[in-house]
Amino acid sequence: MSNLGTLFERTAAGGGRGRRIATRAFTLELDRLADCGCLGEGLARLDSRCVLLAVGDMAKAAAALIELDGVTRRIVLCPPGADAQLLIALARAAEADALVYDGDAPSPEIDVAIRVACRLPLAPLAAPRAARFVTEWAMPTSGTSGPPKLVAHTLATLTAAFRPATGERWATFYDVRRYGGLQILLRSLLGAESLTLTDPNEGVDAFLGRIGQARATHISGTPSHWRKVLMSGGAHRIAPQRVRLSGEIADDAVLAALRALYPDAHVEHAYASTEAGVAFVVSDGRAGFPASLLREDGEVALRVVDDVLRVRSNRAALRYLGAGAPALEDSDGFVDTGDVVARNGDRCLFVGRRGGVINVGGAKVHPEEVEAALNAHRAVRASRVFARRNPITGALVAAEVVLSEGVAADEATKRDILAACRAALPAYKAPSFLNFVAELPMTDGGKLVRHG
Amino acid sequence: MKHIPQREMTRFMSTRLTILAAIREVATEQAKTLAPLADDLPLMETGLDSLCFAILVARLEEALGADPFTSAGDGRLPSTIGELIAFYENALV
Repeated sequence: MSNLGTLFERTAAGGGRGRRIATRAFTLELDRLADCGCLGEGLARLDSRCVLLAVGDMAKAAAALIELDGVTRRIVLCPPGADAQLLIALARAAEADALVYDGDAPSPEIDVAIRVACRLPLAPLAAPRAARFVTEWAMPTSGTSGPPKLVAHTLATLTAAFRPATGERWATFYDVRRYGGLQILLRSLLGAESLTLTDPNEGVDAFLGRIGQARATHISGTPSHWRKVLMSGGAHRIAPQRVRLSGEIADDAVLAALRALYPDAHVEHAYASTEAGVAFVVSDGRAGFPASLLREDGEVALRVVDDVLRVRSNRAALRYLGAGAPALEDSDGFVDTGDVVARNGDRCLFVGRRGGVINVGGAKVHPEEVEAALNAHRAVRASRVFARRNPITGALVAAEVVLSEGVAADEATKRDILAACRAALPAYKAPSFLNFVAELPMTDGGKLVRHG
Repeated sequence: MKHIPQREMTRFMSTRLTILAAIREVATEQAKTLAPLADDLPLMETGLDSLCFAILVARLEEALGADPFTSAGDGRLPSTIGELIAFYENALV
C-alpha cells in the first residue's frame, strides 16, 4: 500500500541531496524525513485515529502529514489560524477524536481523547513507520459562511494529476492546508528540489526576497496574489521560469501584465477545486480555456450543464463528510463546480460563480466579468465589484478599484475607467459607482473577499 | 399665497437644480437623448430608462442625503419631473 511516507522515501532515494521545504521560521531537510519526525512518541497514540491537524507553521504541517498518512484513519486539515470555535466545529463535522497541535503555542481548548504536540526541529522517529490505512484527507471546502463543509480525499486522488518532475524549485503564496497549496506541497515532497512557503505575518516584499534567494523556478498563487506582486516593489526579486495562477478567474489583463513583467517565464493558469480536483492547465496565455477541452473521453471529462462547468476525473474528492451530506457527484459521476462559463467561438470563458450574481432589475451580472472589464483598463491594477442596494432596480453594480502606480486618483481617471466599462459591457453591467481604494481585502486563501 | 422664507427658497431651488443636473449627467453617461425637462414632462417620456432612474436615485441620495423612494410614507410615487422634484423637496423638509 502506498502512503505518503513510502512514496516520499522512494522519491527521496532517487532525488538529490539538499532537498528542502522552507518557511520563514523553519527549514525541513527532506533527506532527514525518512527517519525523523515532528510528533515524537505521540505518533503511536494516533494510530487508527481521526486527527485534527492544527499547527501554525506550514513546515510543521508538512512533516506531520508524512507521519500521519497511513497511520491515522483520517487527517483533518484545519485552516491556519483556526480558533477553538472553528476547531470544535471541524472536530464535530469530521468526528475527530485526536488533535495534533503546535508545540510552540498553547494547546487549543477542545474536547478530544488524544492530544499530540508537533515540534520542530526534527527528532529521530521513536519507531519505524507502520502504515496500514488508506488515510482520508479531509478539508473544508472554500465556502465561507455557515458550518464547515468537509470533503474527503485520499493520497491517490490528491496525487492523480502528478507527472514525475525533478529539479523544480517551487514557491507558493498558498497555504498548504488548502487544496491548491496541498497540491504544491505534495508535488514538492514527491519530487521537487525545494519549496518556499510564506508566513502569515510576512509582507509580500519579504516573501519575494526569500523566493528570490531560493531561486524558485515555479511560483504559484491566485490572481489576487499576483496582482499584489505586480503592485509590490519586490517584483524583480524573483525570476520565475513558470508563473502559475489558480483559485480565481485569471483575466487577460493579469496574464498580460505578468508576461510583461517576467518575459522569460511561462505564464499559465490552472483550473481546480477542492471538490473536483485539478481539471486542466491553460498554457496559451489567454483567459478561459479552449472549447476543445469540453470532452468526456479523457482522463478528465468536462461538460457544461445550464452554463455551469461539471468535471469528472480520478482527482475528484470521494465525498462530502457527515450524515445527510449531499452527493458530491451527479448520476454520471460529474462534480458540479458552480463556476459559470460562457462559450465564445472556440473559447470558453469563466464568467463567475453561480451564487454570486448581482441582480440589476432582473438582469444577471457576475461581479467577475465586470472586474475583468475594469482590470483591462491600464489605470486599473485590481478591482472588486459588488451589489449596491437600489429602490428602482433592486441592485446596482458598484466597484472598488486599486489604481496602477502613478495614476492620479481624480475624477478624470474615474470618468475614463467608467467610460471604458460602458464601451465594453452592456449598460446594466457597467459600474454605476466607483471608488478608489489603496488595497482590496483578501481571504486567508488568497481570494478576493466578496460581499455576502 | 403661502410665504416661503428665503432660506428655504434657496434650498428648494438648489434641490431642483441638483436634480436637473443629475438627470442631465446620467443621460450623458448612458448616451440617452433627453426631452426638454419641463415640470409636466412625464418621467416615462424623459428618455431615461429604469437603469438611468436607478442610478439617478442613488446619485441623489449621495447629493441630497435622502432617498424618498425607499422611505416614501404614503407609497405615492412621482410620475412627472415636477412631481419628482417635489418628492425630494418634501423628503428634505
